[in-house]
Amino acid sequence: MKFLRMKPGHGEVLLTEGDPAVREDEERLVAAFREQLEAGMWAAVPEAGPSGRRRAKMVKDYSEIPTDAERVIFFPRAAGGC
Amino acid sequence: MPRIEEELEKRRARRAYVEGVGFDPGRERRAEQRARQLLKSCVNAEEWAMYRDLGFVRVWGRNADGPERGGTDRTLEGAPYAYLVYPHKPIISFLPQTRQLLSEYCVEFPDETRPYGSARLPDSDDVLAKWMALTGDERRLIATANMHLPGRQVDPKQIRRDLWRLSEWERARLARDRRSASGAQA
Repeated sequence: MKFLRMKPGHGEVLLTEGDPAVREDEERLVAAFREQLEAGMWAAVPEAGPSGRRRAKMVKDYSEIPTDAERVIFFPRAAGGC
Repeated sequence: MPRIEEELEKRRARRAYVEGVGFDPGRERRAEQRARQLLKSCVNAEEWAMYRDLGFVRVWGRNADGPERGGTDRTLEGAPYAYLVYPHKPIISFLPQTRQLLSEYCVEFPDETRPYGSARLPDSDDVLAKWMALTGDERRLIATANMHLPGRQVDPKQIRRDLWRLSEWERARLARDRRSASGAQA
């Protein structure tokens, strides 16, 4: 599983990656996930819905990440603009 | 000779990298290329082709009663309304059947760490962030956005023109698909 973060002036950056089934990797992933959310990021997992159409699943906790997810994308949280 | 030296000095000064001056067109272009690849890898093939060809993505609304009136879990199916998602512009909600514009939702994704002096994501990352937030948690995004009547930020004429372009694009795409299907059968 890869953790990617959108970044101004760069595009996405790879934060960390690992196999959630391996304990050391999972600890690192959990720590990275918390760090990003504490930094004000939103997290989303792109996936295919029941009809096959692609969509995103927003996750607020590491435990909500689907076990078969290949990547989690972090992006700055939304704010009202204009 | 002093004049040549002077010109050389000016040339060096023009080309010198000045730390702290944020904007670098090459870096921004590379960032946008990366963002486009990420967007392509996340959205549906049709949505990617739409963005590539038209510059925006249509996302179907999932709350059957409309976003501002709210819906229930039972009404998530069906889509009487949709959104147009542009990079760094408000999200536009509209009724596809009548092309009636409903609202503008002004929303941004500012990265306050400002890694290169700017909080602004590349265009395609901005579109992807809106797409993920809309398809993942439409109500939260709409509740976060500042809602306005159509026409406050984006010219309604431009949106209607984009809706017409979208219908023409879909018609051409459908015809192409039919041709390739009949060609495969023959």
